[in-house]
Amino acid sequence: MELYGTEIASRLMLGTAQYPSPSVLAEAFRRSGAGIATVSVRRESGGQQAGAAFWELARGLGVAILPNTAGCHSVKEAVTTAHMARELFDTPWIKLEVIGHADTLQPDPFGLAEAARILVEDGFQVFPYTTEDVVLADRLLSAGCEVLMPWGAPIGTGLGLTNIYGLRTLRAQFPEVPMVVDAGLGLPSQAAQAMEMGFDAVLLNTAVAKAGDPAAMAEGFARAVEAGRLAFEADPMEPRDMAAPSTPVIGKAFLE
Amino acid sequence: MQITINGERTEVRADTLAALLDELGYGEAKVATALNEDFVPATARAGASLAPGDRVEIVAPRQGG
Repeated sequence: MELYGTEIASRLMLGTAQYPSPSVLAEAFRRSGAGIATVSVRRESGGQQAGAAFWELARGLGVAILPNTAGCHSVKEAVTTAHMARELFDTPWIKLEVIGHADTLQPDPFGLAEAARILVEDGFQVFPYTTEDVVLADRLLSAGCEVLMPWGAPIGTGLGLTNIYGLRTLRAQFPEVPMVVDAGLGLPSQAAQAMEMGFDAVLLNTAVAKAGDPAAMAEGFARAVEAGRLAFEADPMEPRDMAAPSTPVIGKAFLE
Repeated sequence: MQITINGERTEVRADTLAALLDELGYGEAKVATALNEDFVPATARAGASLAPGDRVEIVAPRQGG
């Protein structure tokens, strides 16, 4: 899979938040085989070296780093955060979040498109956290985004793909654009479903970090993502309403 | 003078962003800065003057999803 010209070996992307300990985080990444880790920037208080310690841990994962603008509610805030992240993590990549609604953490489509335009002009390679809205997707692509990250369900809910029709439409409208289903996945079967639908990758965090055994869940997701991708590439059969015998009818012994 | 650092009113002596980081003991710490909601690159901190009431944000790498 290629994202902004960078070859990424795995179609699973993993967040770094909410793990019970740094060692569990590291073990979860090892078993997930994830190719990209998401990170954030947060206030540092005087004398603390929490940032440096986490940075060492993140670099030690040996994967590409994708900083986010999580929690930003305005264009200005997201743009400034993106600049701070670019300096800290030394990457033009930014997972752009401009949140528009407190309860659903739904992206603000207007702010997202505007922030994406500004950041692309500033030389960023933007990974917009978006909805399944095809009009918004078109605006983001016009702004210069080369990857889209539609939500499966609201962040942290674990509900899976709540709008199959919308996601299928989005996938079909822009078949050449790399798309990562980001947020809302709770189980490996949901990740497999996204991959079977032709999405290029999935990004999750809570489903792994908050599992009783995060490392085992990480491996479960890794296998599901691989299985789903294989299925997509294998060109699945068409569903039908009526039964069709799989065992040949001809040649059956006549026993009445 | 009084400025706001990461949301807290603080009395400081420094008159530039670079001097402020020194005063707060950041030294060579891996942090990024914003002054009054605008990003200030590390290379521009020495030239970023502080005035009373300014709002400074100092951030560092953290876990994220």
